[in-house]
Amino acid sequence: MPFSLLKYGLNNDYPFEKDADLPPPVPLKSHYDVVIIGGGGHGVATAYYLAKYHGITNVAILEKGYLGGGNTARNTAVIRSNYLTSEGVKFYAESVKLYQELSNEFDFNIMYSRRGQLTLAHTDSAIRAFRQRTEVNKHFGGKTELIGPQEIRELVPTLNMNPGHLPVLAGLWHMDGATARHDAVAWGYAKGATQRGAELHQLTEVTGIKTENGKVVGVKTNRGDVGCGVAVQAVSGHSSLLAEMAGFRLPIVTYPLQAMVTQPVKPFLNPLVSSPAYHCYVQQTGRGEIVIGGGSDPYPLYGTRSDLNLKEGLLAHAIELFPFMANLKLMRQWAGITDMTSDYSPIMGLSPVENYYLDAGWGTWGFKSTPICGKTMAELVASGGKVPDLIKPFAMDRFDTFRQVNEMGATAASH
Amino acid sequence: MKIINCPLNGPRNASEFVYGGEVKQMPDPAACSDREWAEYVFYHYNGTGEVREWWLHAPSGYWFIVERHRVTGEISRTYDPSELDQGEFFASVPGAAEEINS
Ligand SMILES: Cc1cc2nc3c(=O)[nH]c(=O)nc-3n(C[C@H](O)[C@H](O)[C@H](O)COP(=O)(O)OP(=O)(O)OC[C@H]3O[C@@H](n4cnc5c(N)ncnc54)[C@H](O)[C@@H]3O)c2cc1C
Repeated sequence: MPFSLLKYGLNNDYPFEKDADLPPPVPLKSHYDVVIIGGGGHGVATAYYLAKYHGITNVAILEKGYLGGGNTARNTAVIRSNYLTSEGVKFYAESVKLYQELSNEFDFNIMYSRRGQLTLAHTDSAIRAFRQRTEVNKHFGGKTELIGPQEIRELVPTLNMNPGHLPVLAGLWHMDGATARHDAVAWGYAKGATQRGAELHQLTEVTGIKTENGKVVGVKTNRGDVGCGVAVQAVSGHSSLLAEMAGFRLPIVTYPLQAMVTQPVKPFLNPLVSSPAYHCYVQQTGRGEIVIGGGSDPYPLYGTRSDLNLKEGLLAHAIELFPFMANLKLMRQWAGITDMTSDYSPIMGLSPVENYYLDAGWGTWGFKSTPICGKTMAELVASGGKVPDLIKPFAMDRFDTFRQVNEMGATAASH
Repeated sequence: MKIINCPLNGPRNASEFVYGGEVKQMPDPAACSDREWAEYVFYHYNGTGEVREWWLHAPSGYWFIVERHRVTGEISRTYDPSELDQGEFFASVPGAAEEINS
């Protein structure tokens, strides 16, 4: 036996990380420079970059449940940047870049896996839209190509090229498409933030926002009141409820989004495959399970139940694309509540309340943006409210001036 | 499957219905400000209580009103739009109330 193996076997430090855990809970202080509402990926990433790049560590992340237990734990982990608008593509491409370095940066494996995303065109109009997306993506340095049936067959031999009345005509092949382990992303950011001095308070629900002269001065929680200089809300499906506490409304409606996963099978599918026409996307995890996701529920609801109506429709479509899946069993199903905007772009930056900043409207597509949201929100906080260029197009007032950033075609059913 | 009680056709599968948005008052597009129009088009009720909503029974093309809870999803009432006080949501659009009656 090699000597080094024996040495590691007898060494107490290896292979355990010394600071593997989050620090134990501490009492809430009466005041923080920055309070971050919501301990999902976006909230903890904001705390991380505040500490790392701006030296701001008197920060509390308040999470009503547990770390990353919201949509961060529920998404299907698609990471990509092949959007339609230049504002969107620039922003998401920055996020993909940050993701690629994240395991190294954390010294913790987020299981980033770049395997490409293939979006299927079943109609001529879809091909036209894909052409446009290909060009916009290439312009901003993304790796995206329009490919034909032969290349699709080679990439995904198990795909049914003639499902029902919608034959597969072409594909948008986005080589940067990837997945990552979503829990690990939240853990990595939370560890990095708390090691640098930020506090993560789980089981701490914000129940009110205190303002004076139009300025935020603190929050009420189930564990008492906390004063703050700045507050950031990053609560996904609950965005409208927090805004209401702060005294304003958001152009957001909350819809459930469901997903499910089958029993594991041998590896058969490397790329992420998405079909907007079938409102369905399919991918295989490293464990062999097949993740199936689709469009939002057809009406607004604050409910994380998973229902039969959606499952029947979604599975029928998934089986059209991959007929052999008809023999598989479902293992798990779940739903998250998502804060949808009408243009499928987020609402980030300033709010009507001074020093109260928004990271909202992330709907069904905000896992991929976790790093760049954290980074830009931290810049916004650290600069005292100077909105970074990258998120200027996502200002809340774009709805009052009819300057939406329309990503509908690039978002629906492909996340 | 979930069943919705259509005032015209009786209880039907939820898949036959299409959600059509909250019942709200439309401002006069010719006279209102941009901010008022944005309010009408983009800012919807998104709280945790009961809401009045438009729903369509697609096979028969019939629009009606649903009172539905946004957390439990429970529908407490469905009824024909003629039961709405039409002034409530068409008040500021001249002629609109007559149009819907004809
Ligand atoms: C089924 C599904 C599939 C998805 N697939 C993808 C995908 O493939 N790719 C992609 O990019 N995106 C996807 N998304 C969207 C993505 O998950 C979200 O946009 C993203 O996770 C949002 O991160 P967040 O940190 O803002 O929110 P969350 O992770 O939801 O965190 C918000 C936190 O705020 C807490 N909170 C709420 N109210 C309060 C309060 N009053 N006080 C204190 N804390 C509070 C919640 O408990 C929660 O933990 C999907 C979403 C779902 C539901």
